[in-house]
Amino acid sequence: MPKMTNDKLLIVLAAGAVLSIAIYMLYDLNPEIFFYQIPSRIKRVIAIVIVGVAIAVSTVIFQTIVKNRILTPSIMGLDSVYVFIQTSMIFFGGASSAILLNTHANYFISMALLTFFTLFVFKFLFRFTGNNVFLLLLIGIILGTLFGNLSTFMQMMISPEDFLVLQNNLFASFSAVNEQLLTVTGIIIVIMLFFVLRDFGSLDVMSLGRDHSVNLGLNYDKKVSQLLIIIAILVSAATALVGPIMFLGLLVSNLAHELFSTYKHFYTVIGASLISIITLIFGQIAVQFFFDGGVELSVIINLVGGIYFIYLMLRRSRV
Amino acid sequence: MINVRGVTKSFGEKKVVDDVSLSIEKGKITSMIGPNGAGKSTVISMVTRLLDKDNGDVLIEGDNLFTKPNNELAKKISILKQSNHLELKITVRELIAFGRYPYSKGRLKPEDNEFIDEAINYMELGEFEDRYIDELSGGQRQRAYIAMTIVQDTDYIFLDEPLNNLDMKHSVQIMQILRRLVREKNKTIIIVIHDINFASCYSDNIIALKDGEVAVSGTKNEVIKKSILEEIYEMEINIQCIFGHQICVYFDDQNGDGIDDDPQEYAQAFAREQVRA
Amino acid sequence: MVGKLFRLDVLLAVLLIFSIISIFIGVVELQPRDIFNLDEEQRNIIINSRLPRTVSIIIAGASLAVCGLIMQQLTRNKFVSPTTAGTNEWAQLGILIGLVSFPEMNMLGRLLFAALLAVAGTMLFMQIISRIKFKEIIFVPLIGLMLGGVVSSISTFIALRTNMLQAINGWMHGSFSTLVSGYYEILYISIPLFILALLYANQFTVAGMGEDFSRNLGLNYQKVLYIGLFITAVITALVVVTVGMLPFLGLIVPNIVSIFKGDHLRSTIFLTAVLGSIFVMVCDVIGRIIIYPYEISVGLTIAIIGGALFLFLIFRRAGSNA
Repeated sequence: MPKMTNDKLLIVLAAGAVLSIAIYMLYDLNPEIFFYQIPSRIKRVIAIVIVGVAIAVSTVIFQTIVKNRILTPSIMGLDSVYVFIQTSMIFFGGASSAILLNTHANYFISMALLTFFTLFVFKFLFRFTGNNVFLLLLIGIILGTLFGNLSTFMQMMISPEDFLVLQNNLFASFSAVNEQLLTVTGIIIVIMLFFVLRDFGSLDVMSLGRDHSVNLGLNYDKKVSQLLIIIAILVSAATALVGPIMFLGLLVSNLAHELFSTYKHFYTVIGASLISIITLIFGQIAVQFFFDGGVELSVIINLVGGIYFIYLMLRRSRV
Repeated sequence: MINVRGVTKSFGEKKVVDDVSLSIEKGKITSMIGPNGAGKSTVISMVTRLLDKDNGDVLIEGDNLFTKPNNELAKKISILKQSNHLELKITVRELIAFGRYPYSKGRLKPEDNEFIDEAINYMELGEFEDRYIDELSGGQRQRAYIAMTIVQDTDYIFLDEPLNNLDMKHSVQIMQILRRLVREKNKTIIIVIHDINFASCYSDNIIALKDGEVAVSGTKNEVIKKSILEEIYEMEINIQCIFGHQICVYFDDQNGDGIDDDPQEYAQAFAREQVRA
Repeated sequence: MVGKLFRLDVLLAVLLIFSIISIFIGVVELQPRDIFNLDEEQRNIIINSRLPRTVSIIIAGASLAVCGLIMQQLTRNKFVSPTTAGTNEWAQLGILIGLVSFPEMNMLGRLLFAALLAVAGTMLFMQIISRIKFKEIIFVPLIGLMLGGVVSSISTFIALRTNMLQAINGWMHGSFSTLVSGYYEILYISIPLFILALLYANQFTVAGMGEDFSRNLGLNYQKVLYIGLFITAVITALVVVTVGMLPFLGLIVPNIVSIFKGDHLRSTIFLTAVLGSIFVMVCDVIGRIIIYPYEISVGLTIAIIGGALFLFLIFRRAGSNA
């Protein structure tokens, strides 16, 4: 019985995603610049789908591994590191810095450093903390605070003009995505997804915890390190492409768990991905058509995600 | 037959398990007893490969445990650890179905469902099978977990303190089920247990650990002896034979005031406690 | 060895030494022996810049450390502090809202807004954690940090709309270099709050044992809790308005004191205050020396030194739990 409704729910969400994309594509089309509008909108939709799915999948899996619904890779310091990387580039090279202006170089440097940082936190520190997720998280947050303060310190010393340039890079935006990088990110993310999505069954087993997983014959520790590497790459690629959206993962994974109310990753992973796409598309519609670009998409999503988080905490604690 | 040879484990400086060797007889219930911190859970975890050991070997019917593929092993031995609190939206039946994972890899075949139905009946969980596990009482939940290990269909079943947080009725129920599993399905069961009287009444063999080493091991009549138990637990223990069972009486009456005999004195003592608190 | 030296008189002496060092470090050359024949410029510097700076370091360090101590007592959780309860971010949001609504607002007005939101935010935090089921010790500050993140995203939203992002970020970054006379005196407000905290010290300890326990002892739990929250939130707001955020301070100092002196608030509150001052003073002096004649803001030096110390504390605890 619950299976039936979950299947239906997936179909409804898929329809919702298609519908929202259609709304975005067709909203306020102007025949005169039709041939400019359509390709640019298609590009943004593709970017949204790629990033949305990458963030949703990585967050749901990450939360299965750490057995906690409020931890996400972004919260573990990743976003501050991104800000730090961007700030350092401006600080040391100025707004005309070759790296900053060359989107390709910027992307690959950011991606490499982000992956390195995430893997460092995950792998190296896992050994010290002995699988204690909370310790790991605190360490991530401390490193995040450290990088945050370093960034602010540098930001105070750069000129307001430089800061405006930097500000553009600090907030996620789907408006100015480079086509070639979009392709590269798309390929990376599809490869990673292929590894994850073939085997929902072992993810389900992992949600029972390490003891049960080992008991059921799963090579748990190896599986966890593989998945963590995949998560690190997924999140880094998405962040390097568009910028950080801190609360997106939190929002979509919790909504998915709430809607589907099952442990089955087939539903939660796909559901979260669809919700992620819908959220981003509506965010983009709001930014592009209602705020006329005056507000960054990530800020809107952080706002919505953040308020949802507080609601979640208050409601859960009442139970 | 499982043979454990010279298994050792240290956490940091502290040696928790020190050169433990023991053997577990097939088709029997073996209880592991001992004071807190004796290393019982650690030994069980190493034998079932939940925990890496520093040294030693575990042989299961002559084969080295750690060279076997994980999935094959999961059809041979199963382990249920204590404190299974899952914050997971999962029904009883879905949980039990996980026990088939080593065989089905998540895609249940008809014979898997037969196993599951049988275990549900066996554990009398029929009326709960579609309930979420966090809605069950402690005893029902424990039965669901045991059902999960039953469908895993292994020769050896390890249970780490299966009676934790259960009341007397449910504890007895669980122990009777374990006896039935040994009798009817010829399973070999190893349990870590704190209540020595449960160990004495329901098991065939007993292994007593102390300070990370095996203190004694043998049939229950060899182990449940005043001199042995007193040395292990460092307290006075008297053993009485009641209805053919060796029962340990360990309520020591140090003050010798025998307050529980005299209601008046009891009431006074109670009042004194109240004032003190 | 260290434990023996961990006494109030020793710490006060250390504080005095560092205060003197702090007064004589700066771009304008000043030697201790000049103190008796100062020229006009030197006197000006001391009175208008060096002294205010040193005094504000002492007050800010002491009061924030005490804030952390009170919060930890009230929540019975060693990882709670203004940084890890989101109080800083609430104060920031308050300042921003105040500035957007009344652009000409003075320091006192900003303080009012900051304090108001800090109190409200800290109360929300206490509400959430008092009802939470899962009381893993590190889970509580985690919620606070997340709450801080949420509030800070609201601030970013407003700051972006009003083009104040760089300004507000700069402000929030802890620094004493802008504290001159006429600007820092507002910090004195925390002295009466500190006295209030002293008066209630015992009650905080009892309240930390929980509502039922306090009731049993005839304590008005709600009242004590609100007084504690009020003190901590207002002090945090004060420091944020004048100095900016000083991360980890309220977290590390009480923990270090507790390692050596245990947890009885009455006996540790002065030690915590003095050690807080010393800690900030040392960080500030380091920041001023390291790239002299420029300076690294204290927010950064505290983040680095404090972060390292915090990690050490965590691993210490993890080690003892294993």
